[in-house]
Amino acid sequence: MTAIDPQTLDTEARRTRRFARINKADAWFKVLGLAWLTPILKAAAGDNPRAQAGEIWRLLGVPLLAISLFLVAWGTLAPKVQTSLGAVPGPVQVWEQVGSLHADYLREKGRETAFYERQEKRNADLIASRREDRVRERVYTGKPTYYDQIWTSILTVFFGFLIASIVAIPLGIAAGLSATANAALNPLIQIFKPVSPLAWLPIVTMIVSAVYTTNDGMFSKSFLVSAITVTLCSLWPTLINTALGVSSIDKDLVSVSRVLKMNTYTKITKLVLPSALPLIFTGLRLSLGVGWMVLIAAEMLAQNPGLGKFVWDEFQNGSSQSLARIMVAVFTIGLIGFLLDRVMYALQSMFTFSNNR
Amino acid sequence: MKTTIATLLTASTILASPAFADILDLEKEDLTLGFIKLTDMAPLAVAYELGYFEDEGLFVTLEAQANWKVLLDGVISGELDGAHMLAGQPLAATIGYGTEAPIITPFSMDLNGNGITVSNDIWAQMKPNVPLMEDGRPQHPISAAALAPVVEDYKDRGEPFNMGMVFPVSTHNYEIRYWLAAGGLEPGYYSPQDISGQIGADVLLSVTPPPQMPATMEAGTIFGYAVGEPWNQQAVFKGIGVPVITDYDMWKNNPEKVFGITKEFAEENPNTTLALTKALIRAAIWLDENDNANREEAVQMLSRPEYVGADAEVIANSMTGFFEFEKGDVRPAPDFNVFFRYNATYPFYSDAIWYLTQMRRWGQIDETKPDQWYFDVAADVYRPDIYLQAARMLVDDGMANEADFPWDSDGFKVATPAADIIDGIPYDGRTPNAYIDSLPIGLKSGQTVTNGRVDG
Repeated sequence: MTAIDPQTLDTEARRTRRFARINKADAWFKVLGLAWLTPILKAAAGDNPRAQAGEIWRLLGVPLLAISLFLVAWGTLAPKVQTSLGAVPGPVQVWEQVGSLHADYLREKGRETAFYERQEKRNADLIASRREDRVRERVYTGKPTYYDQIWTSILTVFFGFLIASIVAIPLGIAAGLSATANAALNPLIQIFKPVSPLAWLPIVTMIVSAVYTTNDGMFSKSFLVSAITVTLCSLWPTLINTALGVSSIDKDLVSVSRVLKMNTYTKITKLVLPSALPLIFTGLRLSLGVGWMVLIAAEMLAQNPGLGKFVWDEFQNGSSQSLARIMVAVFTIGLIGFLLDRVMYALQSMFTFSNNR
Repeated sequence: MKTTIATLLTASTILASPAFADILDLEKEDLTLGFIKLTDMAPLAVAYELGYFEDEGLFVTLEAQANWKVLLDGVISGELDGAHMLAGQPLAATIGYGTEAPIITPFSMDLNGNGITVSNDIWAQMKPNVPLMEDGRPQHPISAAALAPVVEDYKDRGEPFNMGMVFPVSTHNYEIRYWLAAGGLEPGYYSPQDISGQIGADVLLSVTPPPQMPATMEAGTIFGYAVGEPWNQQAVFKGIGVPVITDYDMWKNNPEKVFGITKEFAEENPNTTLALTKALIRAAIWLDENDNANREEAVQMLSRPEYVGADAEVIANSMTGFFEFEKGDVRPAPDFNVFFRYNATYPFYSDAIWYLTQMRRWGQIDETKPDQWYFDVAADVYRPDIYLQAARMLVDDGMANEADFPWDSDGFKVATPAADIIDGIPYDGRTPNAYIDSLPIGLKSGQTVTNGRVDG
């Protein structure tokens, strides 16, 4: 029997701790779509590199290879398609437009600064000439930059999604708990769920213009129109999934609640919600995805500010850069859609403890 | 109104340091103005970019609109305070054709600036009918008579011959109809029951928004179109079509777009309306100043994505005095876009009346109206009084020349002589009914369209 070297023990313990930490972080990497970091960290921490290499190849190498293949195929095929706006742009031209959009942004910022300087000077002059009543503080009225458009779209989708969730979750719980409520809601869900977002748009537009008559309220009409269209379309996945989640609670739990003589409120908060949460979140994730797709279409059709309008404006511009700029928007829309889904996934992982992750 | 101006002027001279002498007491300072992506929105872009709006104390947001219908609805609903409009829109809205809402115009935006383009395929079929010049290039202006045999072929085969214009009451609708009719082709009538405008038509005209014209023609839905710049030159650059005639060749210095606001807006915000008009007049002056010296700069402005957004070289073609017909066939067109000279910005009653005569000619106005009716509608919609007030203020501030404005005009332009118009039929705004009756194709006094037929 040989005495164990305390040094080795210590290293061993540190190593174990390090791996434990990596494994813990792995859960988060997965949520963020960075799963490929884990094997790299493990290899760096001294794990068998051969085993990790396989993982790295699968999680990082293959996706990268697929992306490069896509880029090569795009780059070679695109110039062969001639349109009235010139050849379809390849990755290089699209990347150039990313730069040009950023340059546009910087130029617009410069103009904004100049505007505020002019305003300050004007106001100072007014005060100097003792006409304080004419002093005005204005917000710059230039065109929205690309980043502004992205931000508008994100705000709109979250606003619409929030209203949808506020409506859908309680309705879903009601439908899941009570067969009567379910019978009442079911036909409506079946009819409205398949309606295309673009069919809602004219109706929403007319109603908002008729009801929301003020021109300087908290929200602009176009914002409300887009947001409500998003609401109408992203209502259904949450509603259906919530109802399903609530109605499939373990029967034993329901019996327990009876034995404990829980009132409805306690029953819902302590029992229904926790067990239905994974499915509710699945519904929310689907809803947000639908909402994002619907929003872009609605913005394009109604010319409401946001990425959809950007795409439509560029299509109308018909300049030789238009197609490349539209493609930048397409990738932006895709990336943001992906990020939105990740955010919801992260929330789901934080709030639920089931194995449904 | 005159007294208000007088008091305002005295008030501001007493109160102000010289720099602010010209700022009116504005009822509304934040304005949103709509426009369509066309080069003739230039006065709006210029007034914004060069700070003319700000000089008047106006804080303007310019918003591109998807099509003329959306734009008109925006102005009527108040989402837009004003807009770059088709001259027919305020007139049609005021007499209740399409949407009904009183709209006025204190400012005409330009003269000329449109063209008619056909696809390469149609051009190839038309070209043998076009007389050539000594150097072998086609002789302009090209009459629709050259198109007539092509349309005849289509009719014989039982295929519809489709062309596009931008809006039912657009200049372009009336121009392409004028051109077709002058060449002996029937462009079709409107009736209260059938608003397609295709009753009895040889050429079926339908609505396509301006920026989509080239793409729609390329897709084969339409064989040609009438539209403003840059969408004719775009077809040449992209090699998908050939402009056959400009509107200048049809009618020298014909009136084009107007700046439209609702009557309500003008009544509630008289000073804002004046300030807007002042800024726009200054922009128009700048665009034509020193023999179009500023046009290159204007082209750079317009080519930005927030305005027209097309490539600068495409916009430059027509804006700087040239027009390209077939690829490589570039001809001088110094008056293709006129923004200020020839009193381009003054809202002449006779311009309004011409549009009304065309609405009557094609059945959008379904029954004969007395001459007086034409004068009354024109005077309701076109507001030279506001224009002249604004011009007077600019002259007093030294920002415009007294000689550049028709102070004593009665609102009627000198009648267009026969030589200035493609079919040689003179136009005099003082005799609208006589003019309507002198046009060979179109409704005459007493005629109506019922059940798809011309009666009377």
